[in-house]
Amino acid sequence: MSATLSRQRKRIADPAFRWFVTLAGASVFVILAGMVIRTTNDAWPIFQYQGFFSFLTGDQWLAGSSRTDSDFTGTYGAWPFIYGTLVTALIAIVIALPLALCVAFYINQLAPKRLRNPLSYSVEMLAAVPSIIFGMWGFFWLLPNVLRPFLEWLESTFGWINLAGWKPFEGPVFGSSYLAAGIVLAIMILPIITAIVREVIAVNPVDQQHAAYALGATRFEVMRKVVLPSSFSGIVAASMLGLGRAVGETVAVMMLIGSTKSWDGSLLSAGDSMAAHIAARFGEATPETTKALMAIGVVLFLFTMIINIGARLLVWRIGRVSGDAAV
Amino acid sequence: MSTTDTTDTTAKTTETGHRSLLVKQGNAGARAVKNRFATGVLTAAMAIAVVPLLLIIWEVTRRGIGAIHWDFFTTDEPSYRQEGGYRAGFVGTAYVMGGAILMSVPLGLATAIYVVEYGRETRAGRRLSDLIRFFTDVMTGIPSIFVGLFVYGFLVSSTGGLGQGFNAFAGSVAIAIIMLPIVARSSEEMLKLVPDEWRNASYALGASKSRTVLTTVLPAAAPGLATGSMLAVARGAGETAPLIMTILGSQYLVSSYFEGAQGAVPLQIYRGARQQFEAGIERAWGGALSLFLLVLILVVLARWLGSKANKLK
Repeated sequence: MSATLSRQRKRIADPAFRWFVTLAGASVFVILAGMVIRTTNDAWPIFQYQGFFSFLTGDQWLAGSSRTDSDFTGTYGAWPFIYGTLVTALIAIVIALPLALCVAFYINQLAPKRLRNPLSYSVEMLAAVPSIIFGMWGFFWLLPNVLRPFLEWLESTFGWINLAGWKPFEGPVFGSSYLAAGIVLAIMILPIITAIVREVIAVNPVDQQHAAYALGATRFEVMRKVVLPSSFSGIVAASMLGLGRAVGETVAVMMLIGSTKSWDGSLLSAGDSMAAHIAARFGEATPETTKALMAIGVVLFLFTMIINIGARLLVWRIGRVSGDAAV
Repeated sequence: MSTTDTTDTTAKTTETGHRSLLVKQGNAGARAVKNRFATGVLTAAMAIAVVPLLLIIWEVTRRGIGAIHWDFFTTDEPSYRQEGGYRAGFVGTAYVMGGAILMSVPLGLATAIYVVEYGRETRAGRRLSDLIRFFTDVMTGIPSIFVGLFVYGFLVSSTGGLGQGFNAFAGSVAIAIIMLPIVARSSEEMLKLVPDEWRNASYALGASKSRTVLTTVLPAAAPGLATGSMLAVARGAGETAPLIMTILGSQYLVSSYFEGAQGAVPLQIYRGARQQFEAGIERAWGGALSLFLLVLILVVLARWLGSKANKLK
């Protein structure tokens, strides 16, 4: 009696469990699709009102205060924020990528075995620091003690540089700026690039490296001519993932970029990024502005999606690279 | 071959007419210098990479330690006075994180179970689980602020959304969406480490598939699963941006989970850091220190569990 009962229960329990985990797996698509549809739907009136292309390229942002979907009064050109996002993310990558490459090679190839784990912990720990703490540290400590003197030095030394009208280091120095935000972003994305580059260079066959050593190559030559070339696409993917992270970063950027609606070619001037502008203006937004911020969000999502899908396809071609999910 | 010749470093050639191996030739010196230079650069980079973490730990501790005392955890924040603490934030963070863990851990774990245990059975299943893995990877790269916007549009907003208003539940949903891919991917890696022999042994005893998963695979992978979930919690607890548009923030204790704007530590830090008066900024450092400690403890515990899990193999 009890045996048949348990067998019956088993007959129900097993397929039920299978259905449960299958639905859970499919939930990823539901959530992603939900996100895309919901936000695009909310932002649609703004794109219609402003035109998608002029939303991307217009450089004037005047928030309106309409409460309905039709009588919009604002002007929505998101270019200053798109520009801020791209510039800060690029600064971050330019600083973080060489550093991450060196760190990854140091930990994997040079460091004594005993030091490898503590060193990689201390870099990964950086990834665990919440971005609000990066923001506070950056604003209250790094900016006055390191960045401001550095930016002033840049201005006085390289302020004259003029590349066909573009003056990257033109003053005045306010402190909060694209460059300040980019430098803090660089510290924040360093661990993720390092982690992926380490995995990629660890995949390189040791036999190949030993063969190069046997031919008399120095350690530098093995890294430069054996490990680096075969890791190239992985390094590209790692920097794209870092770029994606930098593009989406909000709070730390918001505290360091200066939050202005204007944009300027100089890296030393204050501006705003897409994510930072959304977060900073959301609290006091009227219904119309909320929709406009939603539209910035959709553009931001498109940017990160393109970067991420490209990077993941590259990583997947290399084979199993795991572990970066947690970094 | 005589050995006397090779010890004589002045000889350019050996008896057989070949160049002595002891003669440095051509650019050997330059190569050695380059190698030493590169080693120096790599070591310097490593040092530079470690410095920010130490500086952050030092500064957060130095400025936050003064604000932390018993009252900091048991009183609410007044908007102008010296005293007061982040009780509302701690309770709010506990609410938000509790809900987020309850949502994301079972869902993420189930996703991983599908991918590892069920997706490998058929060709269609393999394709589906490849897609799931790809999109969970992509999901880790979605900006957290976008997740916040989505949850605002879906749950909070009354025009088009469900119109629930700002509440802790919306915050939980947003944080859960951020945690989900981290839990799913790390759990997947851990489930893969369980040897197939264990599964087969369980089948041989007559256990069904679901029973095998629940009583053999999951317990075997438990420490590793805990590691992934704890790392996800550490990430979720520090999120600020999505909370702005889901729980809005509150200086005073809110006991309801589904009703009314809720506070959270990261939000209070953010608001405190922008205040003009010293006491508010000091409280923000106190909040930063406690948040940092929470995250550090979680991460260190998770790594420790993880290293134990790896030894089990």
